[in-house]
Amino acid sequence: MTTATTQGVDPDVLAEAVAAQIADGGRFAGLTASALAGGATAIDALVAGRAGLVRLRAQLPASHRTYPSLTPLVPAAAWYEREIHDLFGLVPVGHPRLDPLVLPLADSGSVRPRPGSPDDPGEIQPDHAALPPHVRGHGLFTLPYGPVRSGVFETVEYLLETFGEDIPHLHTRVHHKHRGIERRFGDLALADGVLLAERVEGTVSVAHASALCQAVEAIAGVEPPQPAQLLRVAHAELERIAHHLDSMVRHSEGAGQAVAFARLTTHKEKVLRLRARLCGSRFGRGVIVPGGASGPPLCPVDDFLGDLAHLSRSIASDVGALMATPSFLDRLRSTGIVSPEVAAAHGALGPVGRGSDLAEDVRVSRPYGAYRVLDVDPAPASATGDALARQQVRVHEIEASVHLVEQALHQLKGSKGPWRVEGAWTAADGSALGWAEAPQGELLYLVTMEGGRLVRVKPRTASFHNLALFSSAFRGDIFTDFAFIEASFGLSIAGVAG
Amino acid sequence: MPWITRGLRDGIVTTRYPRRPDGYGDGFRAAVRVLRSGTTDPAAGTRGAAGALARLCPTGAIVEDTDGVHLDRGRCIVCGACVAARPDRFAFVSEVETAALSRHMLVAPESDDEALARLRADLADRTRALRRSIHIRHVDAGSDGAEEWEVAALTNPVYDVARLGIFFTASPRHADLLLVTGVATAGMAEPLRRTYEAMPDPKIVLAAGTDSVSGGLVHPTYATRGSVAGVLPVDVWVPGSPPSPFSLLHGILLAMGLLPERSDRLDTRVVGQPAQDDPLTGRDRQ
Repeated sequence: MTTATTQGVDPDVLAEAVAAQIADGGRFAGLTASALAGGATAIDALVAGRAGLVRLRAQLPASHRTYPSLTPLVPAAAWYEREIHDLFGLVPVGHPRLDPLVLPLADSGSVRPRPGSPDDPGEIQPDHAALPPHVRGHGLFTLPYGPVRSGVFETVEYLLETFGEDIPHLHTRVHHKHRGIERRFGDLALADGVLLAERVEGTVSVAHASALCQAVEAIAGVEPPQPAQLLRVAHAELERIAHHLDSMVRHSEGAGQAVAFARLTTHKEKVLRLRARLCGSRFGRGVIVPGGASGPPLCPVDDFLGDLAHLSRSIASDVGALMATPSFLDRLRSTGIVSPEVAAAHGALGPVGRGSDLAEDVRVSRPYGAYRVLDVDPAPASATGDALARQQVRVHEIEASVHLVEQALHQLKGSKGPWRVEGAWTAADGSALGWAEAPQGELLYLVTMEGGRLVRVKPRTASFHNLALFSSAFRGDIFTDFAFIEASFGLSIAGVAG
Repeated sequence: MPWITRGLRDGIVTTRYPRRPDGYGDGFRAAVRVLRSGTTDPAAGTRGAAGALARLCPTGAIVEDTDGVHLDRGRCIVCGACVAARPDRFAFVSEVETAALSRHMLVAPESDDEALARLRADLADRTRALRRSIHIRHVDAGSDGAEEWEVAALTNPVYDVARLGIFFTASPRHADLLLVTGVATAGMAEPLRRTYEAMPDPKIVLAAGTDSVSGGLVHPTYATRGSVAGVLPVDVWVPGSPPSPFSLLHGILLAMGLLPERSDRLDTRVVGQPAQDDPLTGRDRQ
C-alpha cells in the first residue's frame, strides 16, 4: 500500500528541496502551515511522487516571520503562499505578488487566525484597503464580475481586465465568503469534526468526510471493515455522478440547449433522490463516520440497483445525444484551453488535469479503501485541453461511477456488517494525511490529533489547487465563453475560500 | 432532430405541490422531531444528569427546560447524533414544510398564536402586490455550496417554480425577495447590505438553511458573524442543512402569503416507512 512519508527540512532550503522532488518526477500537491506551541510555525510542502505522498516539513521558530518563497522555483505554490500569508502573517521572501487571497489584512499589526494555535483570535474584520487597486491604462479597464453575481452562484469576484470583448487576463477574489473553517475544527470533537468536513465543500461532502476519516484511521492504525469501505465507495461515486451532471447542466444551460437542460437537471434531481433513499440525505451526509459508516443502506439494494440502472440508461442516452449536437459542441471546442505544459507545470487535478494529458487518478495511483479491490476504469487523458476534453472526461466518469456503485452494492448485498471499528481507538495522537479522489480531483486532508481531539485539520481541496489555473484558461477567449470555462472547471468556491 | 421527441419522453415529471400533496418522502430526512417532548428525560432522573439530552447535539439545538425537551430547528443540522443515541426521544421526520415566519416558531411551532397572527398580517400587508408573481435575488453570504444546488433545483422540471409565478432575477433592482444562503461572513456583510438597499420596496428577506438562520455548525469563527439576521431583517426562516427544494418552496409560498405554515400537503411521517406514490424516486415511466 502506498503511504505518505514525512521528511524534516530547513526552511531556508525548502524551495530547493521541493523543486528537487518535482525534477525527480514528483507533482506539487500543496503547501500549508500550522501553528505550533510557543508561537512556532510548521510549513508542510506536499509532493506526490511515484512512491506516494512526500511531506516536507520545515519549522520556523517564533522569532522568524519570513522564509524564502517557493514560488520562483515552483510557480504552483503562488496561491498557497498567499493563503499562508493571510492566515499566519508569514512573509515568503521573493514572492512575485503577495496579494491577499482569503483574508485581506494590513501587513503590520494585524491579528492573524493561525490555525492550529489554541489562542482565540477573536473576531477579525477583513481590511479591504489591503487589496490591490484595480488595473488602469489607456483603453484598458477592469470589469468586476461579483461578488454578487447574476444567477444562483456561490460568491466570488472575478476581475476581468479587458480592452473590450477579449479577456486577456482575470483575477479571482474569493475572500468574501471566507468562513475561517480551518480554525473551527479545533473547537470540535472528532465526530463533529467529520460533520464540519462535510460542510467545507457541501456538494462533495462524502469525499471530505472520507479523506478526514482516513487520516484519523491512519493515525490510529485501524482499518474500517470491508462492508463500510464498500458503502463509502458507493456514496462517493454517486456524489461524482451528481457533480458531473451539475457541470453538464450548466453547460447545456449556457449553450441554450433547453431540452438537454431540462432532462439533465431532472436526472440530477433523481440522483440526489437516489442518494437520499440510500442514506436519508440528498448529499450523503452522515454516512461516513470515523472507523466506518453509520449503518447499512436504508433501502433494499436490489430495488436501488434496478432504479440506478434505469436512470443511468436515460443519462447515457441524453448525454450521448448532447455530445452529438453540433451547436452544443461548437461552444466547447477550443474554448478555455489549458495546454498540457501549463497543466503539468501546475499539477492540475481531476477532470481539468485529465483533459490536459494528466491521467492521474488517486483511486488508481494511491488506491484507498475498497478501490483496492474494485475495478475503477479511470478516464483516459486527452491532450486537447479545452472545455470539450474536460466534458468528455466527465462523460466517461459518469459511466464508470455507475459501474463502481453496482460493484460495491452487489458485494454488499445481504451484508450484516460490521459497519465500524469497535472500541476506544480514537484516542491516538499523531499526524497523518488522508486523501480521496473528489469529483473535482485529488482531495488531501492533513490532520493532527492530540488526546482524541482534532488539533489541526487542513483540507487541501482540488478546487483551491485548480482555481489558481483558471486565469490561464483565458487565451483568446471572449466574454460569452466565460460561463463554459467556469462550468468546465466545475469547482466549489466554498472549498477555495475556506 | 432528436431533442423534440426526447423532451416528451417521460411525460410530466412536475410535482403538483402545493395544489396537491406530493409523495416524495421515502427515507428523506428533512428534520428531527422530539418524541414525548412534554416530558423531561426519565433516564436523567436526578438534577445532576439534566442536560444529558442537550449535550447530544453538536450545534446546541436541543433545549431542556421545565416544560420538557425542545428542539430548535433553526440550529439543527439534521445530523442525527441525537437520533442515534436516543431513538426513544428523537426521530427523523420527512416533514419538509419546515419554513416559519418567526425565529421563535422554529423552537416552538404552536406557541403564541397572537404574535404569529400579527406577523402574518404584517407580511400580508407588505406582500399584497406580490401574490401572483415574485422575483427572487439569491445571495450567498458564506454557504458550503450545497444550498446553491438546492436553490437552483427549484427551476428544474420537477419543481418548476415558474408555474407558480416565481422567477429568479439577476438584478436586485427587479427583486422582491432576497434569498440568503450561508452563515454571514464578515466579508459578505457589506455586499449583502448593498444588495438589500438596491431592492425596491416592498421587499422580503428569506434566510435559507440552518447556517443562515443561526450560523449552524460553522459559526462561531473569527470570520463568521452568525445568523444573517445580524445583517438584515429576516421575514422567513427556512432551516435545513441544506434545506431541500420543497422546504425552500414552502418558504417562498409562505412569503407570498399563498400557504400556511402547515398545509399537510407534503407527506409527514417518521422516516423508515415507505412512501405510497413517488413518480421520481420510484421507477420511471418510460
